[in-house]
Amino acid sequence: MSKDKFEYFIKGEKNKYEVIIGLEVHAQVSSNSKLFSGSATKFGAEPNSQVSLIDSAFPGMLPVINKECINQAIRTGLGLNAKINNNSVFDRKNYFYADLPQGYQISQYKNPIVGEGKVLLDMPYGSKEIGIERLHLEQDAGKSIHDMDPSSTYVDLNRSGIALMEIVSKPDLRSPEEVNAYIKKLRTIMRYLGTCDGNMQEGSLRADVNVSVRKVGDKNFGTRCEIKNVNSIKFMQMAIEYEAKRQVELLDEGKKIEQETRLFDTKKNETRSMRSKEDAHDYRYFPDPDLLPLKIEQKLIDDLKKNLPELPDNKKERFMSDYELNSYEANVLVSEKEISNYYEEVAKLSDKKLAATWMMGDLFAMLNDKGLNISKSPISAKNFAELVQSIKSGEISGRIAKEVFELMVESGDNPKKIIKSKGMKQLSDPKELEKIINEILTKNKDKVDQYKSGKEKLFGFFVGQVMKQSGGKANPQLTNDILKKLLKG
Amino acid sequence: MSEIIKKNLSEIIDLIKKKEIKSEELANLYIDKINKSKKLNSYITTCFEHTIKKSKEFDEKPNFNSLLPGVPLAVKDLFCTNGFKTTAGSKMLENFIPKYESTVTENLWKEGAILLGKLNCDEYAMGSSNETSYFGNVINPIAKDTVPGGSSGGSASALVADLTPATIGTDTGGSIRQPASFTGTVGLKPTYGLCSRWGIVAFASSLDQAGPMTKSVKDCSIMLEAMAGFDNKDSTSIEKKKENYSKNLKTDIKGLKIGIPKEYRVENMPKEIDELWNKGKSILKDLGADIIDISLPHTKYALPTYYIVAPAEASSNLARYDGVKYGYRSSKGNDLIEMYENTRSEGFGDEVKRRILIGTYVLSSGYYDAYYLKAQKVRQLIKKDFDENFGKVDAILTPSTPSSAFKIGEKTNDPISMYLNDIFTVPVNLAGLPAISVPAGLDKKGYPLGLQLIGKTLDEQNILNVAYAFEKNCNFKNEIKNWWL
Amino acid sequence: MSIDKDKIKHISKLARISIDSKKSDTLAKDLTSIFKFIEQLNELNTDKVEPLSSILNTPLRAREDKINDGKIREKILENSPKKNEEFFVVPKVIE
Repeated sequence: MSKDKFEYFIKGEKNKYEVIIGLEVHAQVSSNSKLFSGSATKFGAEPNSQVSLIDSAFPGMLPVINKECINQAIRTGLGLNAKINNNSVFDRKNYFYADLPQGYQISQYKNPIVGEGKVLLDMPYGSKEIGIERLHLEQDAGKSIHDMDPSSTYVDLNRSGIALMEIVSKPDLRSPEEVNAYIKKLRTIMRYLGTCDGNMQEGSLRADVNVSVRKVGDKNFGTRCEIKNVNSIKFMQMAIEYEAKRQVELLDEGKKIEQETRLFDTKKNETRSMRSKEDAHDYRYFPDPDLLPLKIEQKLIDDLKKNLPELPDNKKERFMSDYELNSYEANVLVSEKEISNYYEEVAKLSDKKLAATWMMGDLFAMLNDKGLNISKSPISAKNFAELVQSIKSGEISGRIAKEVFELMVESGDNPKKIIKSKGMKQLSDPKELEKIINEILTKNKDKVDQYKSGKEKLFGFFVGQVMKQSGGKANPQLTNDILKKLLKG
Repeated sequence: MSEIIKKNLSEIIDLIKKKEIKSEELANLYIDKINKSKKLNSYITTCFEHTIKKSKEFDEKPNFNSLLPGVPLAVKDLFCTNGFKTTAGSKMLENFIPKYESTVTENLWKEGAILLGKLNCDEYAMGSSNETSYFGNVINPIAKDTVPGGSSGGSASALVADLTPATIGTDTGGSIRQPASFTGTVGLKPTYGLCSRWGIVAFASSLDQAGPMTKSVKDCSIMLEAMAGFDNKDSTSIEKKKENYSKNLKTDIKGLKIGIPKEYRVENMPKEIDELWNKGKSILKDLGADIIDISLPHTKYALPTYYIVAPAEASSNLARYDGVKYGYRSSKGNDLIEMYENTRSEGFGDEVKRRILIGTYVLSSGYYDAYYLKAQKVRQLIKKDFDENFGKVDAILTPSTPSSAFKIGEKTNDPISMYLNDIFTVPVNLAGLPAISVPAGLDKKGYPLGLQLIGKTLDEQNILNVAYAFEKNCNFKNEIKNWWL
Repeated sequence: MSIDKDKIKHISKLARISIDSKKSDTLAKDLTSIFKFIEQLNELNTDKVEPLSSILNTPLRAREDKINDGKIREKILENSPKKNEEFFVVPKVIE
């Protein structure tokens, strides 16, 4: 499939359908303590050890909001180019569930803390803007564990009350690929901001996916289904594909799509209707009388804005102009804050273009291979820059550089030290090279004659001999030049 | 029976300070009478061992500088008490033992008071006669077939029967002032946010306030001073300095403007109430206050508004009682949902269920705007009525209740007539204002009746002063005959 | 608004309270009269009135982001009708 043109459509028997996707991303706010209580938020603690009387909803317990969670939501809103609302309200969303101790979730319904914003995606077919509908703060629920006992469910409330940001997109996404790009972009922005660690394995980033389909050319949206709580990009993509096909099949058969909540079964790779949510749609939202309306002073917003780090879109532009990178390179190098920092350190000390090539090539391959994050790289940015510089200056050849790179990974040593101790320095002295080449030409007189009589392919043979003789250290360009000169003579 | 426990709190404190009685002796006097007064059913739980232990500790190392030095006190069973059963008058919490102490009770213990026990109340404070309690109805000591009012009925009954020198209740729509009126005692509902709600079993969060119930206005000022205060654990707690209500109490009310709202003269109100109200006016006038006729035009809509707002909040506040973390759990039901439904059906009484259902309905999809939102708009109008008039007057005088104590069982089958009991008290909760009920006289049957003074936000000192001056000139005397002993 | 048995069934389901049909009749009668009483509010035109958002005029107070609670598992589980050493235990949930 060609990648430079958007073409994600589902073909039914009669019609071609477009897939409309909207996401409600639940991002765990990075904070020490919970949204309304002083319990810790650390992942992986002993069951029910990070639970206060407030999180477990004992009689007479009251919520008091965490300042940092408010600030994090504002930062995120600013990062999404969104409007921060000076007045917002916390509401109660009422429903019963074993891991919802209050019998309601404190959330924001009519007046969220953050209003409309946008996110820019770089797709192979061009850049695409995805609208953000809103962002609001809410409490996470606890965890129900169904597989520890055949007849009972166990409840762990460690997660109960942790602050979440629900980021609701407009129905602007049109393919699993775009969903992938959107989630990654959101994650990158939040990681830059330090507002959410984006760790999907630990559940810090989950999404409810709204899917509907419509005939290509139709203006109106179809009936949507909501797929609840999908916790990996891969599953989101699989769920969307399955769900879109299911809806297209129904429409082709002339059936109606029921608006409902569905669950993605990761074992069977399909979505199915959620029985337990059948009558839960009436959440009876109303303003939480235990809390007052949240007022945010413009000064706080301005202060937070002033101290916002450089965000990926701006950094990308700067990388393209400062380091003369192309859009693709810049995208890759700003995709994670740590990567961009590493690159900038390297680029300042060495050739910026060559540094980008080598980082995106050998360095990323090695990190990927070892399953390492760039912050854990065995090669420091400074050493990597020296390596790049050694290549650029002609001190070592690209081929030797690969060897030095391997040795740097093993030892963590400085490349200069490795080059020196192993005598890997490139042979760039023309006199010395001429001497070696003359010896080779003398030894292979017959081949020289053949070359001169027109068998020019033999040039490669001579280069090979020079490399062999020099232990691979001969400067390739210089070797070429001298060989050509001497063979002519 | 000792004469000492008939005394007011302030007199008892004096006796302790003068070392004329020890804390332990005092505790034993109360314990003795409590043991003989089970007929009244005012206590749900007693903790005498704790009381004696604490009073001994006090006597060994007395601190006479505290507000309530070594004074044994019982509290409404809606305040969570660390290590002692807190039932809220419900089967749901029959065996619930909190491991934390409500801020308000903690404040009392810090001032030297000692817990005597937990007082009966309507289930989750929902009721006006103390007849909805799972632990049975409470008897009003003024006559054996009458209710003490509610929901702080146990508190009022115990107070007037001398089973505690003072007590605290909670007031969501009149739950302190109405029982105070029915028993000839003083009850004050503070400004919303003056007393912390932390650790009090919630009924309706935007209306609930804890307050003192006492035998005199002076006692009331002491108790309020002890229990009030900013609490950073309650987001609706008002940040302000503590006030010395008892020290600043005065009887000079010359020149104060007292408003008389015409809308409180309701249809079918007994003549004696109107007479009592007039008596109140003339006493205050004689003391130099200006009596001014005012209008609070939305008064008649207060009760309907209340019966939307309070049940709505209650339906959500009581969702936590699901049989999972604490409290009653039904043994019936095959899955989680059935467990919930049976637990809540068996654990809650009829009135609580009724209000949860009303609240669920007014918030439900399609009805929110028509009921809940409408009520919040009317609530705004009710608040505005008060705001506008408080530019003209310093306090408002009204009857506390539309009738005196009624008979047990008289209104249990007619929810509306029961709700109408709170017609004069509810507007104050909706507007978040302070109000005090002071005894003003007896009706033909010899049952007490109270008058209510409503103040501006955080103007407790002023209404206490007016009430104090009124009390000194009213010569009300409660006639309790101890018939149950 | 008249409250019939179907409505009672619907809201009792939402409120997770089972109501037997015998009680449902009295309840329907009581609620109907209560709603009739409540609906006095309809006499008032409130089109231009802002709903009351809070009785207090102060802004919401926020606390510092400090860990000062939790680590009280025993206390949390102690009052539970069914639990083990680590968890609350409830009847099986069917999703």
